Amino acid sequence: MKNNQQSLSRVVLESGIEVAPLYTREDIEKTGSADDIGLPGQQPFTRGIHAEMYRKRPFTMRQYAGFGTPAETHERFQYLIKNGQTGLNVAFDLPTQTGLDSDDPCAAGEVGRVGMSVDTLADFEEVFKGIDLDKITVSLTINGSAIVLIAMYFAMAEKYGFDIKNLRGTAQNDILKEFIGRGTWVFPVDASVKLVVDTIEYCANEVPKYSPVSVCGYHIRESGANPVQEMAYAFCIAKAYTDEALARGLDIDEFASRLSFNFDIYGNLFEQIAKFRGGRRLWAKIMKEHYQAKNEKSGWMRMIAGGGGGGLTKEQPENNIIRSAYYALISALSGTQTMALCSYDEAYTIPTEKAAEISLRTMQILTHEMGLCDTVDPLGGSYYVETLTNQMETAIAEQMQEVDAKGGIVAAIASGEIQQAISEQAYERELAIQEGRTPKVGVNCFRKEEEARTVAFHPYNEENARKQLVNLSKVKAERNAAEVSKCLEKIRTDARANLNLMPAVIEAVKVYATVGEITAALKDVYGEYVEPIYF
Amino acid sequence: MTNKKLKILLGKPGLDGHDVGVKVLGHALVKAGFNIVYTGLRKQVSDIVQMAREQGVDVIGLSILSGTHLVICEQMHAAMKNANLATPWIIGGNIPDEDVVAIVERGATAAFPTGTSIAAVIGYFTAMKK
Repeated sequence: MKNNQQSLSRVVLESGIEVAPLYTREDIEKTGSADDIGLPGQQPFTRGIHAEMYRKRPFTMRQYAGFGTPAETHERFQYLIKNGQTGLNVAFDLPTQTGLDSDDPCAAGEVGRVGMSVDTLADFEEVFKGIDLDKITVSLTINGSAIVLIAMYFAMAEKYGFDIKNLRGTAQNDILKEFIGRGTWVFPVDASVKLVVDTIEYCANEVPKYSPVSVCGYHIRESGANPVQEMAYAFCIAKAYTDEALARGLDIDEFASRLSFNFDIYGNLFEQIAKFRGGRRLWAKIMKEHYQAKNEKSGWMRMIAGGGGGGLTKEQPENNIIRSAYYALISALSGTQTMALCSYDEAYTIPTEKAAEISLRTMQILTHEMGLCDTVDPLGGSYYVETLTNQMETAIAEQMQEVDAKGGIVAAIASGEIQQAISEQAYERELAIQEGRTPKVGVNCFRKEEEARTVAFHPYNEENARKQLVNLSKVKAERNAAEVSKCLEKIRTDARANLNLMPAVIEAVKVYATVGEITAALKDVYGEYVEPIYF
Repeated sequence: MTNKKLKILLGKPGLDGHDVGVKVLGHALVKAGFNIVYTGLRKQVSDIVQMAREQGVDVIGLSILSGTHLVICEQMHAAMKNANLATPWIIGGNIPDEDVVAIVERGATAAFPTGTSIAAVIGYFTAMKK
């Protein structure tokens, strides 16, 4: 155990890059081209995607929230908006995320537990009632059943009088990473990718300001990837969706600017900042050089970054407040577009209102007190940061080449090869912490034995789960059953004909077909994913 | 049992997709010389019990991070009774310390909350071996 400050003989970052005791201009020149630093808002966007960044508009603050019935979540959303939150990030319960209805036997005990429960359009009508969707951007954290929930969001917005041509917002909808981490896959890999590309294609034509996919390095890193792999695998996944969209005849500039990213922050501060700056530059180059995008925006690596659940600890949970504040600082110094922090009690429970408020205040302190909005890319030109940025860019590009050389990311995910490799890394990482080789304050150093737990639990409300079941049976009784059957059959027919399924799914949600019914119709055609087991 | 490897079924009951922990433990137990069978994600309790019977495992470990551990323990207790199976089963994952007693009351042999060291779990299974 390292309980005392030790002198450092050799420092190697998680990504394998060795850190020198001192950096000078020479190091920047040795590792990359001076032209690559450039100016913010200009290719290759090392210093940020906008010329003025936070001078013009601070990052969006969008805490992940949602639990219980739509009515409960609606209340929490109103509270967050009242407190100055500028976007909503919707959490769904596991039945919704895996395409099951609340009355499915497999949903027992899960309804409304880890997020909001959604069965039909009626639930979306309730949760977004009275919220100005032109002002508050909404992010849906949904993947396996994303096509259904995105369809519901559009149907709800239209019903409330918003013009979907101008509708903004984001869906996570990155199914490939679900096979690596998080695990809410439903359909086999190829069918899953097809559904994601259906949403990209539909949005490019009908909802052009909506971001249908947020590619997640986050969960890949949480599953054991190092920062270089996090960026590289996310870019490979984004390229996989892009290639499929191009194969459908879309032009790169019709959709690439609406792709966004979700990244993780924990670990070495400078390594994370360099991964974002180097990654942003690489993505711009990929779009410009590989895909020949003409629209500058197509090369923007827009991101949400802030939380880093993997860095937080159950031990001495208040330390997580400090960790999250540093993660927020990293995110702001890296030019994020949107920030969401993990609350200090998330290692235990759904964040309490108090914990969620502390997260929001952490971000507000950065923008209002600390001067993080005053000037663009304040670390630009730092010998160390620019050198590390160059090194990270090179390492991410090499890692991507390695994946491509092995047959591409989709094949590597389908075979389970990536999952196995990074879960072994997760084991090594955990072992290094438990054996004290990787210091973790309060866990393997500065530990206090037998401290009393100081975190309150978010209670699970079974009464609300029952309410959700009552609401569902009421909607089912009132809807037109013949229309529902017709719409579900249309989904099956269109799936067999390999058509874009968005129009058929939108029609189905409008007649109050359930998440479970639509998912089951798709399973009839595509079947279900079979997980590769490697123990 | 001392002459052969202890055979452990690691299971993910319910809809929870968090499998970093169970896989970390899987790697550790394989390295420590145990025979591991893993169910994969989102298995119903009845499927896990049937798998335990078919595979003839010595112990079942269930990983639960979604907060449904008490519900699943009740299902597990009933499913084991139905199958007339006496294999010991334990729970690990995002378990509040104060729920450990309730878990054991519902029939589990032990519960390992977040923060339990890998060494402690290996020690537990090693003691079971003898």
